Amino acid sequence: MADEVILLDFWPSMFGMRTRIALEEKNVKFDYREQDLWNKSPILLEMNPVHSKIPVLIHNGKPVCESLIQVEYIDEVWPGINPLLPSDPYQRAQAKFWGDYIDKKVYASARLTWGAKGEEQEAGKKELIEILKTLESELGDKIYFGGETFGYVDIALIGFYSWFGAYEKFGNFSIEAECPKLIAWGKRCVERESVAKSLPDSEKIIKFVPELKKHFGIE
Amino acid sequence: MNQDEQVKVLGLWGSPFSKRVEIVLKLKGIPYEYIEDVYGNKSPMLLKYNPIHKKVPVLVHNGRSIAESLVIVEYIEDTWKTSYMILPQDPYERAMARFWAKYVDEKVMVAMWKACWGPKSEREKETKEAYEGLKYLEKELGDKHFFGGETIGFVDIAADFIGYWLGIVQEASGVTIMTAEEFPNLQRWSKEFISNNFIKEVLPPKQKLATLLKAQFGSVTSD
Repeated sequence: MADEVILLDFWPSMFGMRTRIALEEKNVKFDYREQDLWNKSPILLEMNPVHSKIPVLIHNGKPVCESLIQVEYIDEVWPGINPLLPSDPYQRAQAKFWGDYIDKKVYASARLTWGAKGEEQEAGKKELIEILKTLESELGDKIYFGGETFGYVDIALIGFYSWFGAYEKFGNFSIEAECPKLIAWGKRCVERESVAKSLPDSEKIIKFVPELKKHFGIE
Repeated sequence: MNQDEQVKVLGLWGSPFSKRVEIVLKLKGIPYEYIEDVYGNKSPMLLKYNPIHKKVPVLVHNGRSIAESLVIVEYIEDTWKTSYMILPQDPYERAMARFWAKYVDEKVMVAMWKACWGPKSEREKETKEAYEGLKYLEKELGDKHFFGGETIGFVDIAADFIGYWLGIVQEASGVTIMTAEEFPNLQRWSKEFISNNFIKEVLPPKQKLATLLKAQFGSVTSD
């Protein structure tokens, strides 16, 4: 029996992008279902009752929630192709540490670059640059975070790369000026088919931000 | 090389995060050297081994360090494939365990903490969140002995705060959210959890913990 894989997602979500990329890396055919987050569907509420958030991966009727948990799940279910996590326990732990770091740090400060004004916005910009510099330092001279092969940490971060243009425009600053190696990494990742298929155009995100602000009641 | 060589845990005696690591090492029968960090004063060793977050626990194994308690727990599971395994084999069950462990870590513990010690203006909101979070866990646990089924597993270890610290925090702060009447499953589970011989060995003494909590956070209650 063929696997039935459904992804409940929202096109600008940097978290949803992770799961899309992981599925593409594994050549898994999936049914992408765009969700209206301002009007949540019954299936979303049923499949993620605890958080009501996307992405939700539904594999043969069973839901898996939380993007990095989904990435790991996908790696475990379809191990034969493009491993996403290293097999060495120490390297795995390092990958998970950085995935956790990205999860805990990037979104909150990034949001302030477009969602806040004045001092709060400046603080957000400063913090985001510090966080990205830390990540850039971790990347070092490697091609990808995992070394020679594209994997978990790259997947955890690359969705944010599609938002960099928006952060720069609305925050009025340059990420490339501060983190050129990270930008170079982003460009390399986007050359991968799985990433190119999964990331929206930067321009589209920039156009989306005013709509997002309106929804949150931010001017 | 002997895998058991050079396992060190840098921790704080009162920290549930720190204890998660010790619990899993005990359950798996892995010998380790415990090094106490200092409350309110981050040691050079901590800054060396966890420069990013500067927090305990840190595991040092064969000279290499790993930080973040749940990452450490999974590392231990991956490295010492002994007969006692804390995660299931099935990928879906593993994903569920990770989901609930994360839920405990990021939602329930945070909300509970803020409900007990946070700014008064936010307590009502945090109490509601903590209550709802505990209700989800109550339901997830159901009739099972442990979140892991018959034996203590990943989620149980992640929820050590709820198993032991919560009762003490509620008493010390005067805020009661988890009651036996409303949460019979969690109540039963916590009794079983803390009576486990390995876990008993590492839990901090109740009175000492209560004193520490009051000293650290008690002054925050007036706001």
